Amino acid sequence: MSEGWCCGRSLALFALVILLPIWIARGFQSDELLQDDEEFGLEGGRPAAGPKPSTNPVRSPIRRRPDLDPPSGSADSNSVQFSLEHNLGGSEFSPAGTFTARLKSWSHGGQTLTKLRFSRNALTEGEKRAFERLLKEDGHYTIRVPSNVLNPSGEDYVISSVRARCIPRESLDEHFVIHTDGVNIIAVNYGSAGACRYPRLLRYPAKWSFTSYTVLKNSEQAPRTPTFAEELLAGEDGLGEGVKPPEKSFWAKYWLYLVPLGFIVMNAMTQAMNMPEEQQVAGQSTSQGQVAQRAPTTTTTTTTTVRRR
Amino acid sequence: MGSSHLRPRTAMAIRARLGFVILLSLFFSATLSTALYEDQVGLADWHHKYIGKVKHAVFHTQKTGRKRVVVSTEENVVASLDLRTGFIFWRNVLGKNDHIDQVDIALGKYVVTLSSGGSILRAWNLPDGQMIWESTLPVSTLSKSSLYVLANMNVGKDNLILVFGGSSIHALSSMDGQIVWRKELSIDSLEIQQIFQPHDSDIINAVGFVGSSEFVVYQISYRTGEVMQQSKASFESGFCGEASLVFDNLVVALDASKSSLVSISFKNEVINFHQINLSDLVPDFSGKVTLLPLKFNGMLAIEIASSILLLRVKGANELEFVEKISHPFAFSDALPLSKEQQAFAILQHDESKIHFKVKSDNDLRNEILKETIQMDSQRGNIEKVFINNYIRTDRTHGFRFLVVMEDHSLLLIQQGEIVWSREDGLASIVDSTTSELPVEKEGVSVAEVEHNLFEWLKGHLLKLKGTLMLASPDEVAAIQAIRLKSSEKNKMTRDHNGFRKLIIVLTRAGKVLALHTGDGRVVWSVLLPALRRSETCGNPFALRVYQWQVPHHHAMHENPSVLVVGRCGHGFDAPGIFSIVDSYTGKVQNSLILEHSVSHIMPLPLTDSTEQRLHLIIDAKLQAHLYPKNSDSLKHFFNEMPNIYWYSVEVEKNKIKGYSLESKAELDTAEEYVFQAKELWSIIFPSESEKIAVTATRKMNEIVHTQAKVVADQDVMYKYVSKNILFVATVAPKAAGEIGSATPEEALLYAYLIDTVSGRILHRVCHQGAQGPVHAVVSENWVVYHYFNLRAHRYEMSVIEIYDQSRADNKDVWKLVLGKHNLTAPVSLYSRPDVMVKSQSYFFTHSVKSMAVTATAKGITSKQLLIGTIGDQVLALDKRFLDPRRSVNPTQSEKEEGIIPLTDSLPIVPQSYITHSLQVEGLRSMVTIPAKLESTTLVFSYGVDLFFTRIAPSRTYDSLTEDFSYALLLITIVVLVAAIFVTWALSEKKELKEKWR
Repeated sequence: MSEGWCCGRSLALFALVILLPIWIARGFQSDELLQDDEEFGLEGGRPAAGPKPSTNPVRSPIRRRPDLDPPSGSADSNSVQFSLEHNLGGSEFSPAGTFTARLKSWSHGGQTLTKLRFSRNALTEGEKRAFERLLKEDGHYTIRVPSNVLNPSGEDYVISSVRARCIPRESLDEHFVIHTDGVNIIAVNYGSAGACRYPRLLRYPAKWSFTSYTVLKNSEQAPRTPTFAEELLAGEDGLGEGVKPPEKSFWAKYWLYLVPLGFIVMNAMTQAMNMPEEQQVAGQSTSQGQVAQRAPTTTTTTTTTVRRR
Repeated sequence: MGSSHLRPRTAMAIRARLGFVILLSLFFSATLSTALYEDQVGLADWHHKYIGKVKHAVFHTQKTGRKRVVVSTEENVVASLDLRTGFIFWRNVLGKNDHIDQVDIALGKYVVTLSSGGSILRAWNLPDGQMIWESTLPVSTLSKSSLYVLANMNVGKDNLILVFGGSSIHALSSMDGQIVWRKELSIDSLEIQQIFQPHDSDIINAVGFVGSSEFVVYQISYRTGEVMQQSKASFESGFCGEASLVFDNLVVALDASKSSLVSISFKNEVINFHQINLSDLVPDFSGKVTLLPLKFNGMLAIEIASSILLLRVKGANELEFVEKISHPFAFSDALPLSKEQQAFAILQHDESKIHFKVKSDNDLRNEILKETIQMDSQRGNIEKVFINNYIRTDRTHGFRFLVVMEDHSLLLIQQGEIVWSREDGLASIVDSTTSELPVEKEGVSVAEVEHNLFEWLKGHLLKLKGTLMLASPDEVAAIQAIRLKSSEKNKMTRDHNGFRKLIIVLTRAGKVLALHTGDGRVVWSVLLPALRRSETCGNPFALRVYQWQVPHHHAMHENPSVLVVGRCGHGFDAPGIFSIVDSYTGKVQNSLILEHSVSHIMPLPLTDSTEQRLHLIIDAKLQAHLYPKNSDSLKHFFNEMPNIYWYSVEVEKNKIKGYSLESKAELDTAEEYVFQAKELWSIIFPSESEKIAVTATRKMNEIVHTQAKVVADQDVMYKYVSKNILFVATVAPKAAGEIGSATPEEALLYAYLIDTVSGRILHRVCHQGAQGPVHAVVSENWVVYHYFNLRAHRYEMSVIEIYDQSRADNKDVWKLVLGKHNLTAPVSLYSRPDVMVKSQSYFFTHSVKSMAVTATAKGITSKQLLIGTIGDQVLALDKRFLDPRRSVNPTQSEKEEGIIPLTDSLPIVPQSYITHSLQVEGLRSMVTIPAKLESTTLVFSYGVDLFFTRIAPSRTYDSLTEDFSYALLLITIVVLVAAIFVTWALSEKKELKEKWR
């Protein structure tokens, strides 16, 4: 209870902190920021099974811009750009596209990346030939991005690879999952947009252009360990009952009694079924007096009767 | 209406019947308790106690007879051993980082240990090892501290214990450990070398060096610590810091260039230096001298050009040559025989023989005692010797030697014989593997093992008596003895259940030993020649042991063998060592020093035609070397080469990298078995917020029985079963220290599940307020990890289970049951995974030393987690308690599935300690080995001690217990058959009568 209240309070505070300057500045950017918030809230969710842009929680702009137009946020101070480089089988990496992301600062000092956009450079003839060669020899297509996007040192790159034959479909379909922690990129998971069937067959794409899907992922929060007040109280009593064995089902508890009971019932039933018959037989074969005499003993001899039949 | 009623009823009936069958089978599986009964202890388990390599030994010869020796070891153990048998009277294992510096005996009744770099002084009661007192000393960690227990001044008087190091001296009362006085000699860079007490005086002398050229002598009051007298002198060519106290007023030191000796005599504030010319003693002397520690009055041992010279100091500038000794050798400290006489021992190795010499200072030319014994070559060279004397029956002095060998074993030698030996190298196991025993040959029958039929019958009759509670106490004891001594479990052949195996262990000393799982005896042992110190390899150390050849089908006539990998020196670029040892005989088949380094060893799931396992060794330059080097293995390897991936975790750089092999265009014959690595992926953890704490993977040989999990309501979930899952836990760098060093706000723990082929992060989760130490175990499709929750002030265990969603549409249980399900279709890790993760955290009371999981032959039996607790015990915890699907109020169907209602903490049931009342001191690791019997897992846990047992996580549902009374069964059957005949005869008779009526 108190926690929920606490969260509510901190949320309110947070909103106040954000809204206050906005209110003072007559709210120019307020819309955008709040929208950001909402989107951020969705981030880190599991990406939907299909790469449908409409249902994907994270933006996946399918923008291919062969000419790199100046990014919209470049004038903005809170926009960052970092390049994607690829390796088509050689030892050298060459630029292949640009990621543009918005840098979002938090009240507690942290910064995160949001609104990731990606623009792929068109493949040159040489690159196309190299890619074809990769497809032929079932090689790895490798990409990399700097691990620190704010000040790329030129040394630390996050690398990811996929077998080139996984990529071609109609066009070259690629899928990026970028795991971030603040402004650092921990890993890029690069792969085909769909499944990659195992005996990888050689297939050339119809269109030699990339269709890119990008997903930005932050870490999930672990669920809190459940705490039970009752248990704590019990613990304070100092008794510490220990664990109760898991609740057993009715059968598990009483089968010991039920099984013999079943046998008895079965026995009784067969007896009951046999009894009228025997009495009939007895009645037919003997005189009335004998029946009267023998009647009390019938129960004791049922077993032999059964056996005889 | 009628039909709709019918379905559930039949379903219920089926379920009920199923339940009945299961319960019946449970009933016949006999043992209804998971814990052991008292009389079952020792039947399937064994526990061996060790102490480790002995560093110091103090003999204690009480007048009252019981002879003991107190030792301290490299495994931080203080122990008191029986001198006659080598058994442990008592022992105390100190903490992992609490290394023992010195050990001594004070007041004749306390064992005093100085540990943790001279900062902790403890006193233990000599008879039983109880701690008497402990005191912590403020010591600068830079200097080495030493201990000096003052000799008995007067009986009954409280003696002082002096601890000195750097520039400070502490005097502690030996009664209660209180600091009596503390003297900080206020001179910078003072290193006190030695403290001694001249006979019958109240003055303590302390000698030491200031800087590199000044020599200081202090005379300190015994009672107050006051400096009575202080003298100083400097020597122009300087000292190197090594010195040896020869007499009460003479120190011999090495000068700064380490090429000549300087004798320093001091008396009444006068210090004189004398440079000693070594060329008088050694004609063609050049190079460096090393001063060997020899605590013997008037004697000096120096090492020149790998030979050792024993010198007698006659005066300040006069040395006399006594003897020349060559490596390998060992000296003992001085042993006072009487007031005037001292003795010491020189041991010298001569191939397989050891020569013992004892000399006394009366006559250094000749020996008091000279003995030679034959030594097992598998013990290596002699490392240390401790000497002790006794009075023989003819009133002369006898000597016993406590000898520490190269393989860390400890021996007691007396009268030219090995009285006892302890295989203490087993206290420092580095790695282990298992090997099957040979198949039983024709002609070995039960009768031979059980001696004869009569014995067998007698045994079973006794057992029957026990079962029927007719046995007398004596007979009960006899039954117990028979059970414990059962020769069945110690046979050297393979058994039907797979309980008998060889555990092959590699120790830090470079020795490989094969232990029998029946009783833990050493079947064979070999000190690997490649892992011994030599000219080519100065500082070798053992890394891992792998199964090299396990003959199944093709090479049945060959013995299995193991591969031992080591490294020459501690650097990652040091050349590797490779040794192949026969698992049955311990013979070294092949041994070589590699040309490349060893940074990663990968046993491949491939074998060549002689069933040798292919191993890929990655060196520091990221080149992969294939072993064994033959064309056959190369052929097999090329087929699988495109599918070989590996990863490396660079903890210091906070990176994980994935590699594959570069395909080779041209085949260079010399480099035929060398392949280039190609970096495929990398994950970089931001160093300001994360630091790799632990990584864990599945065991390569783990078998998963089913990929699908049927949950309540006949729903199916598919486990994400991949051998390539890597669990990584990172913690915030601020919270990487000890618990309490960070606030909950600063502490973060991230858990990652990474696919090591594609480098994908399958799952990433953050635990706030959590910090290490983290321990993790991965099995099937789940990972369990243990950490500390700062917010809750408790340890916590979390479970993550990962399920494959891409096959979630295949929900038909019947298809699954009938095996029609297409589960064998190839799965590519390059496809985008569609996984679902379930997780849950629970509180756990204990801190954990190590974690493992049970493994069974077919993977059908449910799993148990094995937790090495802080009390050095092994706790078995059902995985069911760590099910993320536990909820507070499970539904009826969930209950039937066996889901336990949610509790916030995990239960610790005292009966589920598999080590029962024992402690595996210094527990480091637990290894689980599947037996052939599906229900049973063999558990081998090691630390300073060894413990082996077998456990059945779901009880032994597939076999009768060992104490099952076959005789009772037989008798019951006989009685039943007899009863049938009797009743038959009776009924016949009755029928006849009936008919006659």
